Amino acid sequence: MNVEYKRKFTAVVTALALVGIGVVLLGRDRVNAAGSGSITGTVKLTGTPPHMRGIDMSKDPYCVKQHENNPAKMENVVVSSDGGLQNVVLYISEGLSAGEVSAVPSEEPTVDQHNCMYSPHVVAMDVSQKFKVTTSDQTTHNIHPLPAPGSGNIGWNKSQPPGAPPIETNWKAPEAISVKCNIHPWMHGWQVVVKGPYAVTDEKGNFTIKNIPPGSYTVTAWQEEYGTQTAKVTVAAGQPGKADFTFKAK
Amino acid sequence: MRTEALHRNAVILAALVAASVTACAQVTEDQQKQWLGTPAASSHIGHLSGNAKAAAGDYRRYCVVCHGELGDGNGESAQWLDPKPRDFTLAVFKCRSTPTGTLPTDQDLYETIARGLDRSNMPPWNTFTTQQRADLVAWIKHYSPRWQTEKPGTPIEIPPEPEVTPGRVKAGRDVFARVQCWKCHGAEGRGNGPSASTLQDDLGRPILPYNFAEGGRFKCGSTDADLYRIFMTGLDGTPMPSFADNIKPEEAWDLVMYLRSLQPFPSKEKAIAKSLGLTPVSTTSTGP
Ligand code: HEC
Repeated sequence: MNVEYKRKFTAVVTALALVGIGVVLLGRDRVNAAGSGSITGTVKLTGTPPHMRGIDMSKDPYCVKQHENNPAKMENVVVSSDGGLQNVVLYISEGLSAGEVSAVPSEEPTVDQHNCMYSPHVVAMDVSQKFKVTTSDQTTHNIHPLPAPGSGNIGWNKSQPPGAPPIETNWKAPEAISVKCNIHPWMHGWQVVVKGPYAVTDEKGNFTIKNIPPGSYTVTAWQEEYGTQTAKVTVAAGQPGKADFTFKAK
Repeated sequence: MRTEALHRNAVILAALVAASVTACAQVTEDQQKQWLGTPAASSHIGHLSGNAKAAAGDYRRYCVVCHGELGDGNGESAQWLDPKPRDFTLAVFKCRSTPTGTLPTDQDLYETIARGLDRSNMPPWNTFTTQQRADLVAWIKHYSPRWQTEKPGTPIEIPPEPEVTPGRVKAGRDVFARVQCWKCHGAEGRGNGPSASTLQDDLGRPILPYNFAEGGRFKCGSTDADLYRIFMTGLDGTPMPSFADNIKPEEAWDLVMYLRSLQPFPSKEKAIAKSLGLTPVSTTSTGP
């Protein structure tokens, strides 16, 4: 092989390789475009919703004052007038490719300590996804997540006095983590860690899980009192999958 | 091919979900036997090296009645004790030089064993040789999977203690008021703040905040640096949080000085507080 020929050969191979990479990248793009599919639905509660007790905040006059005109109630089961169930976490438990499962969203979910309650009561996030804990209260809170032993997550306990900067962190393993404030023992919330795309129902019980490529999936719905339910869903190109869930009041 | 891939992924996912569920299962004796043979079942304290196997006899003789055969805190005497003996399978410790949510250093455990924990049935084991204690530290580390996968946290930095001045004692009172230590410890540090009566440890058992006015020793050492460390790392497993994100090192020393003035013993801090006429912080603020 003379040098000239060798050079040409290298150029051709390089060009081919570049085209190849281009095709692969384009293909990827197509997958990403397909990734804009979604799964939507509604979660409902049938039967008589349990009574949500009012909260006695008299240990902290600041908290009492914030609720002068909107008495605080427990939030374990929050139901709309037509039965929509709020704060249900939905995630895909089967059917995603390994890459889709391991992709970590860049947006940061936030849970705020507001009027001596967790807002929202349930915050969902992906494994390794950064999230924030903020406080808008003029009273000191301590934020104390209590993961189960052996879950792969390790608990901690940090104070947030008025004006404290946000705590920014993440969790390593999928788990519904119970969170407490010891100073205000009525404050209880959840940090629900899942693998892959997720959604949380709004006050009407509606949800949309975004970025789902066409395919067949199992969707799991988690509610703190009623546990989990699953449904099979198919997402077709340009047509969102539909999954409705109904929990029964105990 | 796509369906095959999907199927494979579904299987992987199902396995992951199953693993995350069974991971919550209790630590078994077999696992602990295996961990006894791993590098984690050793300790390094200065030039001392501890070996877990060498502590088996001492543990059985001195610790097992409270901390139990499996290190889970369920020894024969545990039912009579409050607070309960530590469950070593969780590897959550009160006395650490390391940030909240991290494992303590070998040195931390070594010092804890010699010191014991005040206002509990955990006695000081200060008649043991240094080697015995180092071996017991190694032994404790064979009970929990956390020592297999995690490293101890990096000890927090404690700057040299500044001189006690009226300005600092007064500034310490401001920190006490700002971060609201009084919510649990009370305005005068008597352990009777508004939230005191509702406090529970991580296992749901009632627990009381420290009463400064009573003057008992702190759980995790009695020096000024120990006091600094307690509120900057928190006492994991209890309601006492870490304030490291919200109290600067300078302010932390101020707070130490003010806290000393709440204790009953004669001290420079107490004399200063008296001469300044410092009153207990206000607890009535309801904010804007
Ligand atoms: C009479 C019962 C009793 C005996 C015997 C006993 N302990 Fe303890 N131990 C306790 C109790 C109770 C606690 C928890 C104290 C607390 O939380 O304030 C504890 C806590 C501990 C802790 C945790 C400290 C921390 O920072 O959280 C360690 C480590 C420990 N013990 C080691 C030992 C060793 C080693 C021995 C044997 C040499 C031993 N204990 C013997 C009752 C006992």
